[in-house]
Amino acid sequence: MDGQNLTKVVLLACGSFNPITNMHLRMFELARDHLEDTGQYRVMKGIISPVGDAYKKKGLIEARHRLEMARLSTDSSDWITFDPWESLQPEWVETAKVVRHYYKEMLEAEQNTDDVDTVKHAKKRRIEENRFGGSSHHKKDGLQLMLLCGADVLESFGVPNLWKQEDIVEIVGRYGLVCVTRSGSDPHKFIHQSDMLWKYRQNIHVVCEWVTNEISATQVRRSLRRGRSVRYLLPDSVVHYIQEHGLYSTESEQKNAGVVLAPLQRYTDVASS
Amino acid sequence: MACHRVPLVLLACGSFNPITNQHMRLFELARDHMHSTGQYQVVGGIVSPVGDGYGKQGLVLAQHRSAMAKLALQSSDWVTVDEWESQQADWTETVVTMRYHYGRILKEYEQSTGKHKHSIGNTSPLSSPYPQLKLLCGADFLNTFQIPGLWLDDHVEEVAGHFGLICVSRGGLHPERAVAMSDTLSRHSQNIFLVREWVRNETSATKVRQALRQGLSVKYLIPDSVIEYIHQHNLYTEESERRNKGTVLRPLAKLAQQPMQSLDD
Repeated sequence: MDGQNLTKVVLLACGSFNPITNMHLRMFELARDHLEDTGQYRVMKGIISPVGDAYKKKGLIEARHRLEMARLSTDSSDWITFDPWESLQPEWVETAKVVRHYYKEMLEAEQNTDDVDTVKHAKKRRIEENRFGGSSHHKKDGLQLMLLCGADVLESFGVPNLWKQEDIVEIVGRYGLVCVTRSGSDPHKFIHQSDMLWKYRQNIHVVCEWVTNEISATQVRRSLRRGRSVRYLLPDSVVHYIQEHGLYSTESEQKNAGVVLAPLQRYTDVASS
Repeated sequence: MACHRVPLVLLACGSFNPITNQHMRLFELARDHMHSTGQYQVVGGIVSPVGDGYGKQGLVLAQHRSAMAKLALQSSDWVTVDEWESQQADWTETVVTMRYHYGRILKEYEQSTGKHKHSIGNTSPLSSPYPQLKLLCGADFLNTFQIPGLWLDDHVEEVAGHFGLICVSRGGLHPERAVAMSDTLSRHSQNIFLVREWVRNETSATKVRQALRQGLSVKYLIPDSVIEYIHQHNLYTEESERRNKGTVLRPLAKLAQQPMQSLDD
């Protein structure tokens, strides 16, 4: 296999990570295995980007804790890391913006690298077309950033006022999506039923979990509230951190109760203005 | 209060080929459940890997399976690995392993409390109840009681009736059904604790071995230390999975060697 022709990929996962679990971490491993198995990609890096507090999701605890837990959980990984940029922004940031930000960073990092091979054997450059047109794919110099998510996120594309249509088009059209299936979801069906997703189906990689792993952070928080053990569902260091700081109580779960989720607020305001 | 609770030790027998996070979850779930009944205080957990003589396909050497289990449980303050079963010359029935461990637990208890089970003491039995040992297993294990020749009736009686079972249900399996379908188990249903694992986590050792053979990642399914050990010793290959292929499982072979026993009863 000619290593020169492989597209280098960075996987970006956005989400609450409230808290991060072994399932989140598994997603990265599964995605990497899947992409590399196609023989077309080489996954260089994984980024965990916890959402900011301004997202206003019910039960969302402070970003600083969620970041620290992400840090603890990626300590033992040599390719998965976390980044506080999104959570440090004062307002909630649309996922498409986060993707753009990390894509830009990725390009800058690559330019700074003394990678002779990339220069010598540069992939045919695609001329940047109209922003919302065609299938112009951000794959400069054999580099690609893909959004990594669960099938539930894919299906959330259908929730009114949760996503801007242009953003979805941008993410799947220009970047790429790696969707890890969770039992009970059928991403292929969902893609088939959406004209837009169908159009960009080549950019949507569906990964089947070969081990059903339904460690949902919601259930983890529920177990914690009830004083039940969550050991072996999350990395040990994260379990300790949670215990040390007394995170996740009945009280913390009530945070943002009755508050409208940031994207719904923003897009509803726009719609009504 | 705590002094009225029965001290309880959980024993898990199995291949542990290899041990996974799910195995360790069983202990956590069982402990939480037994505590929530208000009647028990879980004081210990034992992982007892089966001996090589079991003859199951794909079973790697007990020394490796024990080593991996020890690595995995290094960070646990209440679950330990015991190699007695794996060190026996021949495959050992579960009930024999249980009797062995219960004997040790009882001895320790009597030494520490100065009590003897048959003495007519002046201590109230409620203040310091005798410890119990129960078998911890997954729902699929309960179904094995149905397999002809795998279990002796007396043993099922002893495991379910005398000791007790804690069964953690996995995925779509229905342990209540397995209990209902067996007369012996039904008779001892009050000594069979069914724990529902709401977080569906089907990390099976079989699938983990398959992933390893295929060069897929098993990180976050089994502890890092175990992954490292597997790579260092190059365990779990096509070859290791073929081990014992065609061999009759030891318990079935053992029973077949005693055809007259049932007639004498």
